[in-house]
Amino acid sequence: MRLLPFAISAAITAGLVFTLSNQWGPMPPVGKFLSPQYGFWQNAEPAGENFDADLQIPGLKAKAEVFLDDRLVPHVFAGNDHDLYFIQGFLHAKFRLFQMDLQTKAAAGRASEIAGIKAINFDKEQRRLGMVYAAEKAVIEIEKDPTSKELFDAYTSGVNAYIRTMTDAEMPVEYKLLNIQPEPWSNLRSALLLKMMAKMLSSGTEHDLANTNAKSVFLPDELKRLYPQVPDSLVPIVPKGTVFETPGIVPVAPATADSLYLGRKDTVNAKEISKPDINNGSNNWVVAGSKTASGAPILCNDPHLELSLPSIWYEIQLVSPTSNTYGVSLPGSPFVVIGFNDSIAWGVTNAQRDVKDYYEIKFRDNSKQEYWFNGKWEKTTLKEEIIKVKGQADVKDTVAYTVFGPVMFDASFSNELSGNRNLAVRWVAHDPSNEGYTFYHLNRAKNYDEYAAAIATFQCPGQNFIFASKTGDIGIWQQGKFPARWDRQGLYVMPGEDSSYMWQGFIPQQENPHAKNPERGFLESANQRPADSTYPYFIPGSYITPRGITIENKLAAMSGITVKDMMALHGNYFNTLAEDIRPLLLANVREEALHPESKKYLQLFRDWDLNASPDSKGQTIYQCWWDSLEVEIWQDDMARVVPETPWPEEQTTMELLKKDSALIYIDNRNTTKRETLAELVTTALNKASADLRKKELAGKLEWTKFKNPSVYHLIKDLKGFARMGLPVGGNGNIINAITHSHGPSWRMIVHMTGQTEAYGVYPGGQNGNPGSRFYDNYVNQWAAGEYNKLWFMHDGDRSDKQVKWIMKFSTGK
Amino acid sequence: MKFLTAIILTALTGFIAGTLSFSPWWGFAVTSLLVAVLVHQKAGKAFLAGFLGILLLWAGLAYWIDAKNNSVLSQRIAHILPLNGNSLLLILLTGVAGGLIGGFAAMSGSFLRASSKK
Repeated sequence: MRLLPFAISAAITAGLVFTLSNQWGPMPPVGKFLSPQYGFWQNAEPAGENFDADLQIPGLKAKAEVFLDDRLVPHVFAGNDHDLYFIQGFLHAKFRLFQMDLQTKAAAGRASEIAGIKAINFDKEQRRLGMVYAAEKAVIEIEKDPTSKELFDAYTSGVNAYIRTMTDAEMPVEYKLLNIQPEPWSNLRSALLLKMMAKMLSSGTEHDLANTNAKSVFLPDELKRLYPQVPDSLVPIVPKGTVFETPGIVPVAPATADSLYLGRKDTVNAKEISKPDINNGSNNWVVAGSKTASGAPILCNDPHLELSLPSIWYEIQLVSPTSNTYGVSLPGSPFVVIGFNDSIAWGVTNAQRDVKDYYEIKFRDNSKQEYWFNGKWEKTTLKEEIIKVKGQADVKDTVAYTVFGPVMFDASFSNELSGNRNLAVRWVAHDPSNEGYTFYHLNRAKNYDEYAAAIATFQCPGQNFIFASKTGDIGIWQQGKFPARWDRQGLYVMPGEDSSYMWQGFIPQQENPHAKNPERGFLESANQRPADSTYPYFIPGSYITPRGITIENKLAAMSGITVKDMMALHGNYFNTLAEDIRPLLLANVREEALHPESKKYLQLFRDWDLNASPDSKGQTIYQCWWDSLEVEIWQDDMARVVPETPWPEEQTTMELLKKDSALIYIDNRNTTKRETLAELVTTALNKASADLRKKELAGKLEWTKFKNPSVYHLIKDLKGFARMGLPVGGNGNIINAITHSHGPSWRMIVHMTGQTEAYGVYPGGQNGNPGSRFYDNYVNQWAAGEYNKLWFMHDGDRSDKQVKWIMKFSTGK
Repeated sequence: MKFLTAIILTALTGFIAGTLSFSPWWGFAVTSLLVAVLVHQKAGKAFLAGFLGILLLWAGLAYWIDAKNNSVLSQRIAHILPLNGNSLLLILLTGVAGGLIGGFAAMSGSFLRASSKK
């Protein structure tokens, strides 16, 4: 019998093939993955890769050309707008497919399909926040306007045209690692991407749940002191002294506000799982010709986001008969988001406004079919959610929609499983809007009026749109759809049994804070409160004060400004808050009570130049000492709030201590004796020194070693695809706002001279493929504070030697 | 001579299988088996010829791709897999993984030929 050995041998072969074709645990299907003709080796792009192409694609209306420069930036020349955005979609997919696919799946609450069981609660939360609901409403708006529909459709077709032509071997390496397949694109997915941005920038700016708990412990006056609306040291976006119009809407607090709302003492156990980073901020500023050496305005922008590889931004120039625009786009959406054209330049920072509130809902029973509203039982709309989970059975969830919005927390979804509170979300991102279309118009705006008209319909997330034109105008608008609130409306969970606590309207668009051509010759925004206390509306938010102060001080003192000066300002490491805090610490520390180590650190701190530069030891000592002091001051007081509450802003703490060195919170409630600021400051340094000593022994006392600045891959576990230990300084409250893995995601400087002179850099590269030399080729430049000169190509430049490759597009069958 | 022929044929047909759009990634297993049927050797030798043929093909291709890529991707993958960022180890692993399948497939071919002869 020779058949038996054959059978055994064949079975082993088949077994091997089977084993290596399938995914086991976190390992990819190893055989297929390693195959040089199918697997990851196919993603190893030759260093001399030729990107020339001749593509016949059905769906295009005419011929078009894409000129790729030596940085792989596409300069798209199309005969009409349809083809322009079709090709933008095609290029996004060709170079960034995985990120578009992953981000929109996550936005829709489908992360479990990739990550498995650990993402179920994240997915539930996304769905309960109404992310898909919001995107579906946006699609209706997108498709209402024929031009908008045509352009979004074109973009979607372009993405899908690429997906169709892509072979298995060409599939991004992440798909091979995770053993998943890309999905076709749709307008809904573009809308989901924009809602992801809305969540990132306008959902983490409120603390209603935690504030509600704080309210149950602290008195109203205390709350105002601990969480002030207008910081003493605020330098607002619209210059102080700006006169505001009489408000067009005056919201009135309901009669029960004191008893049922402000005076109510209760706690909520619910807590958001994926609350966006508080540092999602940004800087932008513009200087008028009166302050520059050339006499032309200079506009600067650096949006601070979670840094990632591939980058959130993709550089592109889009040219058609109706527009010629250069800047960065978001893969997943058409248009240029931050950039310039022949006439104007613009940039954005986040408004940080609170546009999301919670209402307490009373259900009739556990079926969630009816809720009590305005004196009767109203029907909810129940949405069944089915969450697919990798390697597991589907998970079902039911979300009830009320007149306020989706009930995010209820008995079946709450971290603490308290089950006793049903909280519905009212969020501006749920309202019908078409933010993408703003950029279509903005890309084509020729002057201040067209810019102002373009952004006027932008609703959420509220942004500070800064502007400069070649004709010399500068301007800024804080634009968004913002509820008109009565005093303290929406700081805490509100009663939802009738309409009396609902938003009564929105601040009229024309009354959004704005400024144009101020005498002083510059404008800036850096996530601070947009206006001082004379602005006639109650506008809570998560504002960041220090960066605005630094920028304002620097710009006010400058004249004859050059592009080089602006580059230096982007990279500025000056710590304004520390400048205020250092004298306070030095005046109070009692040297005789310091450990020998602490004395050494104190000396380094004293000699510190107040810059958070990469090699600064003073910045590390400052940060540890100050953090330690905040613990000494607040821990005992804040621990009274269950389950938790945000601690006062560091800006607030500094201002409180400056005003009152005998502040009551200095005393530790848990001891019988009465502590003084001197004791706390001294203890804080001694405690911090113990940690600092450990860091020093590990060679991590220098600020950059201490915080280990890193740009991770979108899938953070794939450390091999990350760039870690970048030699940069900075911090969230410093102009160069780099924290551990967060910071300036794109730096742009546009000089509005006759021939626009523009510079830009982001910590990534144009090609999302980790096997490409264009994957992370800007990272070192970005870390060194260097820029790429942005080539604003014109029609006559087709044979310019900056053109490295040409992709020719024509209509296919 | 037979041995060398088998190795070369295995590598060559394995490569061709990898260029056919309808072929799954393991198409080379089928061609390795066929080569062993055609160029008959004893089971052990057949295994070795199949193993070396595919090892040479896979490691060779990987090496060539890696050289053109300046090891950009292999170093990253060799941090994920985890091979301490060592590109050569990854190339070797690639060769051995393919080689094992090629070897067993060829051995099956050798047995098949032997049993059909009887």
